Amino acid sequence: MIDYGKILNKTVTDIKPSGIRKFFDIAATMDDVISLGVGEPDFQTPWAIRKAGIESLQKGKTKYTSNWGLVELRREISKYLERKFSIKYCPDNEILVTVGGSEAIDAALRALVNFGDEVIIPQPSYVCYEPMTRIIGGVPVILNTKAENDFKVTAEELKALITDKTKVLILPYPSNPTGAIMEREDLVEIAKVLENTDIMVLSDEIYAELTFSGKSHVSPASIDGLWERTITVNGFSKAFSMTGWRLGYVCGPKPIIDEITKIHQFAIMSSPTTSQYAAIEALKNCDSDVEYMMRQYDMRRRMIVSGFNKIGLTCREPKGAFYAFPSIKSTGMTSDEFCEKLLYSKKVAVVPGTAFGESGEGFIRASYCYSVEHIKEALLRIEEFLKEIK
Amino acid sequence: MKYEVLKLLAKNAKYTAEDIAIMLGIEEKQVEDIIKQLEKDNVIRGYKAVIDWEKLDGAYVSAIVELNVVPKAGLGFEEVAEQVMKYDEVEAVYLMSGDYDLNIIVKGKTLQDIAWFVAKELATIDSVTSTATHFVMRRYKEMDVELLTDEDDDRGQLFV
Repeated sequence: MIDYGKILNKTVTDIKPSGIRKFFDIAATMDDVISLGVGEPDFQTPWAIRKAGIESLQKGKTKYTSNWGLVELRREISKYLERKFSIKYCPDNEILVTVGGSEAIDAALRALVNFGDEVIIPQPSYVCYEPMTRIIGGVPVILNTKAENDFKVTAEELKALITDKTKVLILPYPSNPTGAIMEREDLVEIAKVLENTDIMVLSDEIYAELTFSGKSHVSPASIDGLWERTITVNGFSKAFSMTGWRLGYVCGPKPIIDEITKIHQFAIMSSPTTSQYAAIEALKNCDSDVEYMMRQYDMRRRMIVSGFNKIGLTCREPKGAFYAFPSIKSTGMTSDEFCEKLLYSKKVAVVPGTAFGESGEGFIRASYCYSVEHIKEALLRIEEFLKEIK
Repeated sequence: MKYEVLKLLAKNAKYTAEDIAIMLGIEEKQVEDIIKQLEKDNVIRGYKAVIDWEKLDGAYVSAIVELNVVPKAGLGFEEVAEQVMKYDEVEAVYLMSGDYDLNIIVKGKTLQDIAWFVAKELATIDSVTSTATHFVMRRYKEMDVELLTDEDDDRGQLFV
């Protein structure tokens, strides 16, 4: 008998499986569960994009592409980033097409982090940064953002965590799960802290298209002094409702992208070809589809935020991504308790804030990737729940 | 803002003024005023449920009837259209371009009901020169609502 516990990589086995997984599994076995748990768009990929994928298959475009990705796609990405976010990357050597934003984050960390290097990770945030850092021998340093700062990273908080070993600052904005964004003036302050250091910014901008209330996303790389030290990660999943196509990209200074490409070349070779052809169409001709989806998200966002506040769960206005992050502190329960009881008594699934880091305690994440009718029904059930526990 | 309100009501007539106000980020009073005005101007002609009658035991049949009509001097097709639309059996009446003149949607409990209605009421109108009746065999989508699919959310396999 092989004792697998002995032969497996200890760093990997030490990573706890996400507790939320269990919670979701329970929800999946129950009937009539109404979920606000899903973190992906409910819209179909716009037809023009699907058609472009189909046509590429009909033409037999089924081989590997260049390691970097199709040059036509890289050119479109370059144009898109300049048009939308005023950041310039050369399609020849500053853009790499990856398997979703996730691969981009992983490969970027691998390219930068030596054993023992510190990676500053603002939380509450998406769950991948900490385990990815550990797996490559880095040391995660958690920056707990605060509700009273709208869950932004402040210069003081950042300064307090910087050491000789700090290698990377992750900036996951617009934020899953808080809906926070970093505005220009916030980023300027961050830039000042990083000036004259060798710290790189890894900016996960997968929700960049999804900003509301007249706010547009500001890319760190568009701030004076940050381009040189920023790796920009983005992708097609959220903005174009293309989660299953698994396509993203990473941009940055050539010497860094060269090394990331080395990792990509050995681990992945090239990103899915069909998806790349489809993505060209997305960037060329789908602005109106994105606008349509944005209008729908915005209406749902207003509905869910107003609903939470009305039933007594204080909810700040999320300015980006597609999540509301209301406080449940008034109930006196922990996030885990609240979510578990809500699921069992009212069959509503929301995600405890603690799934995104300890600083998520006292909050829940409710996705609004659902129809207005669905959101209203969920809010009604949560309202009943709140009345019953009083 | 008028169009935004109408778009939402066209999607779901049960949205309250409050719902619409929240979704559009305007005052509830403003939404109420817009709706009142649209009703007064007869832009909003009614609020009805979209019903999948086939889900019920009660029989439900409908047909599209094409009518060829001799237009009347000075009145064109108006006279016959107005005559036809008064019947309870008639759900919709359209004047068409192309091969025939009036397109009538007729509903009834049985095929016979409709056949009789066409033969006795429509075909006998003086200016009607011919009729062609097409029975609906299956309804897939009604008033923008897909009837056959019970919406299936196949997401949620992953925690993101």
